[in-house]
Amino acid sequence: MSDARAQILSRIREGLADVPAGERPEDVPVPRDYRREGHADSARLTSELLERLAEYGAVARVVAARELAQAIAGFCDLHGLRRLAAPPALVRRLHVDGVHLVADEGLSIAEIDTIGAAITGCSVAIAQTGTVVLDGSELCGRRALSLVVDHHLCLLGSDQVVELVPEAFDRLAGAIESRRPITMISGPSATSDIELRRVQGLHGPRKLAVFVLEGA
Amino acid sequence: MSGPDGEPFGGAWLGESPGHGPLTADGDFRERASAALSDSQLRHNLAFATRAIRVKRAAAVGELPDWEQLREAGRAIKERTLRHLDRHLIALEESVVRAGGVVHWARDGQEANRTIQELVAAAGASEVIKAKSLTTEEIALNEALAHLGVRAWETDLAQLIVQLGQDTPSHILVPAIHRNRAEIRSLLMRTLDSVPADLSDDPAELVEVVRTNLRERLLSTSVGISGVNFAVAETGTVVLVESEGNARMCTTLPDVLISVMGIEKVIPTRQDLEVYLQLLPRSSTAERMNPYTSLWSGVSDGDGPREFHLVLLDNGRTSALADQIGRQALSCIRCSACLNVCPVYERTGGHAYGSVYPGPIGAVLTPMLAGLDAAGSLPYASSLCGACYEVCPVKIDIPKLLVHLRAAEVEHRPAQRPLRHAAGRQAMKAVAFMLARRRLYELAQRLARLAQRPLARGGRIRRLPGPLAGWTATRDLQELPQETFREWWRRREAP
Amino acid sequence: MRIALFITCLNDTLFPRTGRAMVEVLERLGATVELPEAQTCCGQMHFNSGYARQAIPLVRRFVAAFAESETVVAPSASCVAMVRDCYPRVAELSGDAGLVRAVRELRPRVLELSELICDRLGTVDVGAFFPHRVAYHPTCHSMRMLHVGERPLRLLRAVRGLELVELQDADTCCGFGGTFALKNAEVSSAMLADKVACVLRSGAEICTAADSSCLMHIGGALSRQRTGVRTMHLAEILASTGLESAG
Repeated sequence: MSDARAQILSRIREGLADVPAGERPEDVPVPRDYRREGHADSARLTSELLERLAEYGAVARVVAARELAQAIAGFCDLHGLRRLAAPPALVRRLHVDGVHLVADEGLSIAEIDTIGAAITGCSVAIAQTGTVVLDGSELCGRRALSLVVDHHLCLLGSDQVVELVPEAFDRLAGAIESRRPITMISGPSATSDIELRRVQGLHGPRKLAVFVLEGA
Repeated sequence: MSGPDGEPFGGAWLGESPGHGPLTADGDFRERASAALSDSQLRHNLAFATRAIRVKRAAAVGELPDWEQLREAGRAIKERTLRHLDRHLIALEESVVRAGGVVHWARDGQEANRTIQELVAAAGASEVIKAKSLTTEEIALNEALAHLGVRAWETDLAQLIVQLGQDTPSHILVPAIHRNRAEIRSLLMRTLDSVPADLSDDPAELVEVVRTNLRERLLSTSVGISGVNFAVAETGTVVLVESEGNARMCTTLPDVLISVMGIEKVIPTRQDLEVYLQLLPRSSTAERMNPYTSLWSGVSDGDGPREFHLVLLDNGRTSALADQIGRQALSCIRCSACLNVCPVYERTGGHAYGSVYPGPIGAVLTPMLAGLDAAGSLPYASSLCGACYEVCPVKIDIPKLLVHLRAAEVEHRPAQRPLRHAAGRQAMKAVAFMLARRRLYELAQRLARLAQRPLARGGRIRRLPGPLAGWTATRDLQELPQETFREWWRRREAP
Repeated sequence: MRIALFITCLNDTLFPRTGRAMVEVLERLGATVELPEAQTCCGQMHFNSGYARQAIPLVRRFVAAFAESETVVAPSASCVAMVRDCYPRVAELSGDAGLVRAVRELRPRVLELSELICDRLGTVDVGAFFPHRVAYHPTCHSMRMLHVGERPLRLLRAVRGLELVELQDADTCCGFGGTFALKNAEVSSAMLADKVACVLRSGAEICTAADSSCLMHIGGALSRQRTGVRTMHLAEILASTGLESAG
């Protein structure tokens, strides 16, 4: 095994004999003239995000903070859901009449599958691409939670929306450096493998709903 | 042009690893293309599909005012990475290990497969679930596992279709693009359990059958295998991009995760991801963002696999790296934009290239990884139109590389060439000799004019002899005029 | 203004009428045309086919032939692209620093016809009259290597009487590709079939381009299929004034 490592590294170095010995990676210029800062108009960001998510077939709306419980209840009712699995930290902060929030405290995969629906928070959302990002933090929960279920309801505040991908990666720096697993979600699962027709609902949640909270 | 030992074209890949495998099908491009050209179903599917993606891609890219700046950054980051690949790989290894992962190095496909076989055996698994990975196809991993009695289940819809049909993929991104819905329907009915007898060929129904069929397996298999789109040296973050959710499942639900990556997939810093996660989705599926992108580092307590193994694969990449001009081909992020704009690929499909890497990038990567002995016809499978270079998100100058490989093919394989090709080479050299000498050139012009007399009728030459016959198979050639331009000019200028 | 003409081996031998048209247009625009007779071939076919070393003497000859020329024009985007984009590589291969320098000095002085007329001579109207329906095929070299952009179209639009019709999928390669047309003749023909179909669908009487190589390929199929549609080089259209005698 270490033979392989030594040999590969040695071959690499031989192959790069044309690179001057004193050159460091930073000496190779990387121009970053692409857009790194987007606009910060909150209302516009939210509406762009919702529009893009809707284009993917996700349910996306603005919800006034005081109407959140009602909105969740309405969503669950519409889809015949009685239970929502959720990260324990989220369960502590939410109460929804008629919906049982099941804390993900070591739930098995089969149990999550049976519950079939989950509600999580979000780390950051990207308006330009219609993306919500979960970063394994306490409100986002572990990855299986938002993966195995058929319905995923994602909550975020309007101050969590940025315009551009580079801005989102700036906000994710801490999570990445802490080595937390991150999932970027842009719409429910889809495939275009059959005659290039986009069909929803392969192996991830077939229903994605995103609620952006205002006036928290 | 020189490799480290003064050898042009970085010597090693010129013929070191010949033989048949995923990179080196039998025959040559021309033979395989000939068969494909007459396959009207394939032609129809390809024309429809590639046109559709081209239009979508143009729209997705057109939305970004800073697309060219992103491309330049994408190119530069890869250049920075490749010029210091050893440093970045060492940093990656350290980061992954620090995050609780294990790193394995593999010089070639066999070594990678042995490593993976051992890991799977150690986990006591007889089945594994796989997210689509071209790299694992390059090394024929599934076959290697089968030798051990381990069944590898493809979980990407198109890969599954290809696997069930005992077929080979014909496109990097949409591997089953050569199959239409009716074929897929009948394939599923033949090979999967509990498929409803009244299944229609509506894509939504076909998808539902696959979903149901795979789900149990996805939720309960203990070993998952994936590829890698990017691996960040700074933080040990591995990134995987997908649409269906099966890659998330393969990388999150099993106990043991094995990810295989070509050594060129490493990128220096987490900031670099902001460039590639814009370039890749718009170039490949022509979306603003693909449905799911997973980023993970080693293992995380209580979230995902308890064991993570990263296999770093060479398999010819170090040879490609040694070629100063060719090395840029290693920048490829496997978006397949070049396939979708290539007029040759559109008419021949992926199988004609005889490699898991088809199309324009395949025509340069395959010979660089597998050697010209095995893939020497591929650099000629191009009219050098340059459409690929225009769309490549990391600005790989594919036409330049094709010409570079042709020069390598001409200069360094005279021993292998059969007689007919040797004659071709002599002819080209003779023509160059003539063109370099004005009087010979003018003599040749006069001789050509004489020689065509018996062939010309009504101002047209209908049939050219010998190696030129390919022209007149489908084209006339107009008769050579009685006076060359320079003869006319001399006449005009004469006092 | 003195302009040196690089006629190209293809036009010299097969399409001298393109050269005659070039001379006509350039003289009409007030230039004095010269033909340095040492010229033969730019070496493109050899370089692109992998015979890079064999192209070295051809590069030397070209550079020597035009060393004293202030401006060089060619009726071929592909030859001009060879000089501007690939000559540095061939010079590097030769290991001859003098050749590398000479190439560097000559490159910016070598232009394709539409570049010369639009940029250097600063005009689009060359006094042409050509009352026919014409489709323009943008060749890969002119479009993607020289980036001539709209120049040829601007020139065609200024031709009196000319009806420019739209060519579908114009940007798609015609399939010539030099030796590709012979080495992969079947794929080349498949691409050509689609290009011909688009030409016919455009309703054009004439298909034009900035490269005789593509025109020879497209025209060869138009002729074989007895379509009644013919090809003409851009220079020939620009040279037309309606006063030419037939034939």
